[in-house]
Amino acid sequence: MESARREILTARECGLVACRRCAKVWPIAQTTCTRCGSPLQSRDWRSLQRVWAWLVVGIICYIPANIFPMLRTQVLFNTSESTIIEGAVELAMHGNLPIAAIILIASVAIPMGKFAAIAYLAWSVRRPERLRPRQRHRLYHFVEFIGRWSMIDVFVVAILSALVQLNFAASIHPGPAAITFALSVMFTMLAALSFDPRMIWDQTPAERTVHE
Amino acid sequence: MLDAGPREVLDLPLEEAIACPQCDALYHARLPEDGQRVVCHRCHTVLIAPKRNAYLRTIALSVTVVILMAGATMFPFLGVNVSGFSNRASVLDAALAFLDGGWMATLSVLVAGFIVLIPVIRSALVIYVLLPLVRGRPPLPRARQVFRWTEDLRPWSMAEIFIIGCAVALTKVADLARVEFGPAFWMFGVLVVVIVLQDGLMDKWTIWKALEERS
Ligand SMILES: [Zn+2]
Ligand SMILES: [Zn+2]
Repeated sequence: MESARREILTARECGLVACRRCAKVWPIAQTTCTRCGSPLQSRDWRSLQRVWAWLVVGIICYIPANIFPMLRTQVLFNTSESTIIEGAVELAMHGNLPIAAIILIASVAIPMGKFAAIAYLAWSVRRPERLRPRQRHRLYHFVEFIGRWSMIDVFVVAILSALVQLNFAASIHPGPAAITFALSVMFTMLAALSFDPRMIWDQTPAERTVHE
Repeated sequence: MLDAGPREVLDLPLEEAIACPQCDALYHARLPEDGQRVVCHRCHTVLIAPKRNAYLRTIALSVTVVILMAGATMFPFLGVNVSGFSNRASVLDAALAFLDGGWMATLSVLVAGFIVLIPVIRSALVIYVLLPLVRGRPPLPRARQVFRWTEDLRPWSMAEIFIIGCAVALTKVADLARVEFGPAFWMFGVLVVVIVLQDGLMDKWTIWKALEERS
């Protein structure tokens, strides 16, 4: 890995600043990319504050999303409510294991894993030792890619509530958890989008101490 | 494919350099053959990936997205039938399912945006940016701003997630009701494939370069 690293020069090491949007390279003093109009910053250290802020709001929204019901189901004269986890357990009890697994992965494993991953990434770039940038970058890619898929459960609730409206025979209504869950997914997406992954790769002290 | 060593990169004129947006690695930007890709050596981010006739094909796919979405929202999407009771829902009904829940109405706006509006808006913006380029004209006013929006909206376009959500919801309903698939369901399925193809065709770097050179 050391040998691979030596073959690569970063824009920052060459006294240049790169546009993260269009990949054009500018002298380090340039503040705006005239090709695409984006602000330029060699390393966006202040982005970490945004990452933490979005992450905290995302976690806060995730708590009510698990406490309050996601679905209210009414069959004849019985009304029952189920949270995300209860819904998945119910599916599993009916023998629908693959679907229960999809719901559990999309609504529990991915969000929790994402909180941990984003917190770890934001924490690790401040550490003096630079461990395994390759793996951390892969983790970042994964978090960015997978985050949107947590929205599945919100769409499931939307479709069920629109479809199952059969007078008193059966009807399904969304519970308050649907909105807090959707907000949690959006806020964690914003946290991941705010992160500047170039910080993962900075290794020499010079690269890292010049900030701010 | 990136054959410039570190020393050579230093001597490059800035116009010929490209930096990886993900890890800041500096390379000599060389347009590869159509269909080939330039990939960052250390983080494997795709830097340049031009496709043959990309602009024209992207525009065609974008028009298809708009047409299919119009169809998918107008025709019946899904229906259920239980012992004499039946109900039909369109794509918009799914988005508007949260309307009766007071402040949950916000969620209706978001869902409608994610599955209907944002995919359509993105396609319209792409056409606005690429149409002059394909005809060899200078870009339309504010084309850069418009292309920035196109890129910013990308993660919020969730049609493909919605269709998987449908699959999950249907297995839940299948036990208690008979499900009917309307024409809009199949249109939406095709739409998802078209959106994936459209995203695969667009190469940010060549479009930004064209916007810069032709304006
Ligand atoms: Zn730029
Ligand atoms: Zn890279």
